[in-house]
Amino acid sequence: MKWGVVTFPGSLDDRDTLHALREVMGQEAVSLWHKDQSLGGAQCVVLPGGFSYGDYLRCGAIARFSPIMRSIARFAGDGGLVMGICNGFQILCEAHLLPGALTRNRSLSFICERVTLRVENSHTPFTRAARQGELLRLPIKHGEGLYVAPEEELRQMEERGQVLLRYVGADGVPSDAANPNGSTRAIAGVANQRFNVFGLMPHPEHAAEPMLGGEDGLRIFQSIIESAG
Amino acid sequence: MSRPVALPGEPPVDHDLAAAHGLTRDEFDRIRALLGRTPTYTELGVFSVMWSEHCSYKSSRRHLRMMPARGERVVQGPGENAGAIDVGDGWLAVFKIESHNHPSFVEPYQGAATGVGGILRDIFTMGARPVASMDSLKFGSFDHPRTRYLLSGVVAGIGGYGNCVGVPTVAGETMFDPAYNANILVNAFCLGLVRRGELLSARASGVGNPVLYVGSATGRDGIHGASLLASAEFHATSESKRPTVQVGDPFTEKLLIEACLEAAKTGAIVAIQDMGAAGLTSSSSEMAGRGGLGIELDLDRVPLREPGLTPYEILLSESQERMLIVAARGRVGELEGIFTKWDLHAVEIGRITDDRRWRVRAGGKVVADIPVAALTDDAPLYDRPAAPPPKPATAPRTTAAAPSASEALRALLASPNVASKRWIFRQYDSIVQSNTVVGPGGDAAVLRIKGTHRGLALTVDSNPRACAIDPYLGAVATVCEAAINVAAAGARPAGITNCLNYGNPERPEIMWQFIRGVEGIRDAALAFDAPVVSGNVSFYNETEGRAIPPTPTIAVVGLLDDFHQRVTQFFSHPGDLVLIVRTGRPQLAASEYASLFGPDGDALGPIDLARERALAEGLVDAAQAGLISSCHDVSDGGLAVALAEACFNPEGPLGAELALAPGFDTARELFGEGRSTVVLSAPLESVVRLTERFRTAGLEVIAGGRVTRPTRLRIGSVIDEDLLELREIYERALPGRIGDR
Repeated sequence: MKWGVVTFPGSLDDRDTLHALREVMGQEAVSLWHKDQSLGGAQCVVLPGGFSYGDYLRCGAIARFSPIMRSIARFAGDGGLVMGICNGFQILCEAHLLPGALTRNRSLSFICERVTLRVENSHTPFTRAARQGELLRLPIKHGEGLYVAPEEELRQMEERGQVLLRYVGADGVPSDAANPNGSTRAIAGVANQRFNVFGLMPHPEHAAEPMLGGEDGLRIFQSIIESAG
Repeated sequence: MSRPVALPGEPPVDHDLAAAHGLTRDEFDRIRALLGRTPTYTELGVFSVMWSEHCSYKSSRRHLRMMPARGERVVQGPGENAGAIDVGDGWLAVFKIESHNHPSFVEPYQGAATGVGGILRDIFTMGARPVASMDSLKFGSFDHPRTRYLLSGVVAGIGGYGNCVGVPTVAGETMFDPAYNANILVNAFCLGLVRRGELLSARASGVGNPVLYVGSATGRDGIHGASLLASAEFHATSESKRPTVQVGDPFTEKLLIEACLEAAKTGAIVAIQDMGAAGLTSSSSEMAGRGGLGIELDLDRVPLREPGLTPYEILLSESQERMLIVAARGRVGELEGIFTKWDLHAVEIGRITDDRRWRVRAGGKVVADIPVAALTDDAPLYDRPAAPPPKPATAPRTTAAAPSASEALRALLASPNVASKRWIFRQYDSIVQSNTVVGPGGDAAVLRIKGTHRGLALTVDSNPRACAIDPYLGAVATVCEAAINVAAAGARPAGITNCLNYGNPERPEIMWQFIRGVEGIRDAALAFDAPVVSGNVSFYNETEGRAIPPTPTIAVVGLLDDFHQRVTQFFSHPGDLVLIVRTGRPQLAASEYASLFGPDGDALGPIDLARERALAEGLVDAAQAGLISSCHDVSDGGLAVALAEACFNPEGPLGAELALAPGFDTARELFGEGRSTVVLSAPLESVVRLTERFRTAGLEVIAGGRVTRPTRLRIGSVIDEDLLELREIYERALPGRIGDR
């Protein structure tokens, strides 16, 4: 399949995502410049991690106004697959393509570490290659990953299965100690109601090779390939 | 020759004004002799920064020449913005370490952040993509009221900048000691990769070539950072120097990295240099000086953050994220296009001339006209007197009751110098760019080079306590420690960069410490055949007349033919045998044990460099042959701590047992430091070969250890501890001191 990876000014993991897709998975992937309108014929568009525009205002608050975001909103509206990783997740929330918002970590500091995640809904285009309840080890690296949404909205999201990933301990159970950033309901990744837009704070592209943090991240990319195929 | 004009409102230039600029009476007279007239106020400012210790290396230059800078792999030695070595498969590694001590003490967040930003620019100005950062930090005691504030600020600053530019911070070291209460150290390292043949230079060429200003606009920040902040001692009033600290903008730096690397590919860049210390002045005069040419600048064209900056301010500003480029004639438009794409300024502000003069215009008038050489090669060069200090009275031996081995181990693991630095390094992105095979927390970081099997091992070390006792042996020991760290990971030490932090060089005992330190680095670098390709000197690290201990910080870059052969420090297979291989008996002098439980001896015995090298070679061979399961360098805290650390495998802790020979001097053997020692684990079938290999090389091998599944650490009859408890002590110590959850 064909992937598109957006580069905003200040994007950092765009090159890493392209590396994982092209070199590790042998996928066709094009780099998309934020000032362009074209999505290059991509079947899935990835908004990568980083600090778009320095994130001096609110994470993702400026990037959502980049010209390419109009194309992405249209693409998502037509049912196209969109995934936002870390800063990409923040941008998708700012653009109202995903519910909720990401605020400063409970510790108020940046955290880079490997965490354990539980797949909460394996019946989506982004998780179908994983088993329901499967545990994945992925790295996080962010200062603003504390997920929040109105209580009523959270309840509905849970009912509809929009929470795809949750932070858990090694035993597979959520706990305060296993929640790295204090996210509400230990939420690490959510989808929209149509299940074609997905945002997650952990970085699957940094868990794509055995010598560099394991291969659990491939589950996410494989799911998308199966869905598009 | 045009005579520069004084501008309205400028103060008269005399000896007093020169002294206020940090210039001595002799230096001011020399400036007048070189110019054949009295400098203008603007020119005086320019001389004061270019002749500052920070920019001119006037006290250190003649001694630095003794360090080995040549070698088969060396592509660029000292003299450019950074050094470069050939790492194979067409790749060059470009690296350097630099201090940002005083700014970080005055304003910890911005001081540390701009330290990172500055060293990054030294790397990408060479055309290399920065791929890894490291930091060496020294703070005062936790009992000092400012330590927590400085630690939190510096760590947040390093993370705030490094994380935002997308360069992983992969390793580092942090020490707490009362000797740094009033003068912390922040030394920042960066390494970049560039294809062979694509290395850029900071040597101007081509008379008539245009000079391009790119990056951020110029503001009033950082004026006199190089001269008044970096090249003077500290006093109680040093807080008032806060305006001399620059303010960083990592987002602009990220754009500048991408734009410069894209511009480098065009071949339109003749020369390029960061506007770092002394900003526009140093970058323009140094590039012209290296090329033996002149340069003309028109300050009216410089992008400014606010109107009304004087020529003096524009020339001395240390605003961050700016570069100066000498472009090939006729290709300015092409470069402008690239920088504009990245939303950055790119303005032609001058041209290269053949008259070897540094000429600056503003408002249509010449405001400075100085021979380039007067700012660069003809800057003062001092052979300052050096003399050893009078020998201090021998430190009294401790009379306190010695702790038990178990008590000592627990106390050491809880010491902030030994304890886990996770609280620090988890605030740094250590994995961006997808090259980090081994990240922070071990002996050395290991990176892969994409598209090849090659790996790089990186480490940064210092040993101020040993240097305080003997500045020569301490420097030797520091290089050995760093070299053995990369060898423990399976990498051959290939290149060194150093940051030499000392007190006031105008004092003979400081100058003596410095020279002895350089001699130590020279001897050890020669022994490992690892040339010193770049470096930085930071003098005047003293407050109210009290200097820091001599602190040469050494970063070593090692090479792995195949990064899959990297070795980590963690025991991984129950049943593996444990070997201790060392170049000599450890000693308690200068150890963490001695700092906790009282001084014990003040003499460092000689270091056998042939054995140190043999150990490094033996470790690399063993890694390549796949003989060992793990290897951990013994450092702060000694052997018992190293054994415990080897058990703390993040994939699941294991245990270890070690039998002790009769007549073992427990404290010295288990907690001593100062001689290179490694803890290896290996399967039974490798052990005979390993033992023979190391013994033949003249190294001491101690057998009698084993990796166990039960998570206990048992050493002879003196230590029997639950490793999960020890790990808790080790992990909780630093957050506990900081007061974090």
